[in-house]
Amino acid sequence: MAALSVLHGFVAGVGATVLGFCQAIGAVTLFALRGLLAIVTPPWYPRELLRQIMKIGYYSLPVVGLTAVATGGVLALQIYIGGSRFNAESVVASIVAIGMVRELGPVLGGLVVAGRVSAAIAAEIGTMRVTEQIDALTTLSTNPFKYLVAPRLLAGVLTMPILVAVADTIGIMGGWLVGANRLGFNPETYIRNTVDFLTFGDIASGLVKAAVFGFIITLMGCFHGYNSGRGAQGVGRATTNAVVSAMVLILAFDYLLTELFFST
Amino acid sequence: MSTPKIEMQDVHKRFGSNRVLRGVDLSVAPSESMVIIGGSGTGKSVTIKSVLGLVTPDKGSVLVDGKDVRKWKRETLLDKFGMLFQGGALFDSLKVWENVAFRALRSKSTEECRELAIEKLRRVGLKPETADQLPAELSGGMQKRVGLARAIATSPEIIFFDEPTTGLDPIMSDVINDLIRELVVELKCTAMTITHDMTSVRKIADRVAMLHDGVIQWTGPVGDMDASGNPYVEQFINGRADGPIEAVR
Ligand SMILES: Nc1ncnc2c1ncn2[C@@H]1O[C@H](COP(=O)(O)OP(=O)(O)OP(=O)(O)O)[C@@H](O)[C@H]1O
Ligand SMILES: [Mg+2]
Repeated sequence: MAALSVLHGFVAGVGATVLGFCQAIGAVTLFALRGLLAIVTPPWYPRELLRQIMKIGYYSLPVVGLTAVATGGVLALQIYIGGSRFNAESVVASIVAIGMVRELGPVLGGLVVAGRVSAAIAAEIGTMRVTEQIDALTTLSTNPFKYLVAPRLLAGVLTMPILVAVADTIGIMGGWLVGANRLGFNPETYIRNTVDFLTFGDIASGLVKAAVFGFIITLMGCFHGYNSGRGAQGVGRATTNAVVSAMVLILAFDYLLTELFFST
Repeated sequence: MSTPKIEMQDVHKRFGSNRVLRGVDLSVAPSESMVIIGGSGTGKSVTIKSVLGLVTPDKGSVLVDGKDVRKWKRETLLDKFGMLFQGGALFDSLKVWENVAFRALRSKSTEECRELAIEKLRRVGLKPETADQLPAELSGGMQKRVGLARAIATSPEIIFFDEPTTGLDPIMSDVINDLIRELVVELKCTAMTITHDMTSVRKIADRVAMLHDGVIQWTGPVGDMDASGNPYVEQFINGRADGPIEAVR
């Protein structure tokens, strides 16, 4: 009898979690669709878009650059170690390039930008919700989706590929620095190997990932901020949830997209 | 009798288990100044937010100019309104003048908007220098007055003031009371004001409504307020701790 009620409690708990999860997915999807609709219909706020491009893109350059140069260098060392076991040290240049461009540039770039931008957006929009600024926008006949959400989503999608392109370049340079100075590669051969082995497909798939991650990062910031609970506590929770969900989604979509590019 | 500017019919609203509005009926005539009084947390702010559609009532209807708010085109409806939020709700990423002229910025040039903002700031007793500051650099009372300037900036037909004089000194309160009165008498605005300040009530109200326990307990001309015979109103205007309104819960 007791076992039955424990089982019942367990099943009910699982059911509630699954239902809650489905509800959350529905809410996010609806939010994303409203955001996309706001991007394609007037009125547009170019000044807001520009501001967000600066905030999301330009000011993320330092952390993205730092992450990339370190990753590129480490990658060169590790691949050298791995490669030397098969007498294949010469693959360092091309594998650093492919690894950076296809995978690490977008994913690590996405993760650090998520930490910075999702949090900032969620905190800003959450505070606007809590201090009734979003209500004030509405009463001033301004649609918050067009004024707040659309510029951020668009800025994310536009700037992430550029950020990742910069990250790729800097990361490859990091690998080159380590390769030429520490591992004794000929600098020119290293560069030639990099350029010869990279394909257009490598670069394009990385940049497509970047655009998708840019959307995820800004969407999670906007969604959690917009639905923030009341008070400072509500904003704090929104910020945490935004960062965590953005990171999880980036990793999940990274696999999905890689699988997609793999089979085509 | 003409159609009321605003009419609320049997409006209900609950948040979770908290039944805030339990059948509010209220009607405000054109160019009339209605003041809502009532204890803290009784749902006065929720009442005006449900007129603006910021809060969706669970039951009942709200009519503006005789037409249900759900049938109005949202933009057209909101263009009629100005609103001062209880906490000011200024956009903290924008300068003071951009806040005040926010609505006008969509259609007018920057220069015109700045001038408009400075003129409205003057009306609420703020110097032109404040125009270029950020809201966070102002004192609480100054922020409230910027919010007020923003609410009246486009000369709307209907203006809601949520505690316009809270946090202001007595002289500035009087300036604001005069301003609200002037908007109603000279510009024929319809005003709905929430206040706890009985001096303000007597100065700005044409009619008074008392909200308690989720319903309007009493409504009538401000002149009848003192002899209302309503125990809730009497306790409230005399500020007594004992009476039908439980002060300690
Ligand atoms: N968005 C919301 N979510 C949950 N509860 C809410 C919300 N808005 C208001 N409430 C609750 O509704 C009740 C009435 O709130 P309201 O802000 O209307 O009070 P008020 O009459 O304006 O009080 P005060 O004079 O202190 O401003 C409060 O108990 C409040 O907790
Ligand atoms: Mg209130």
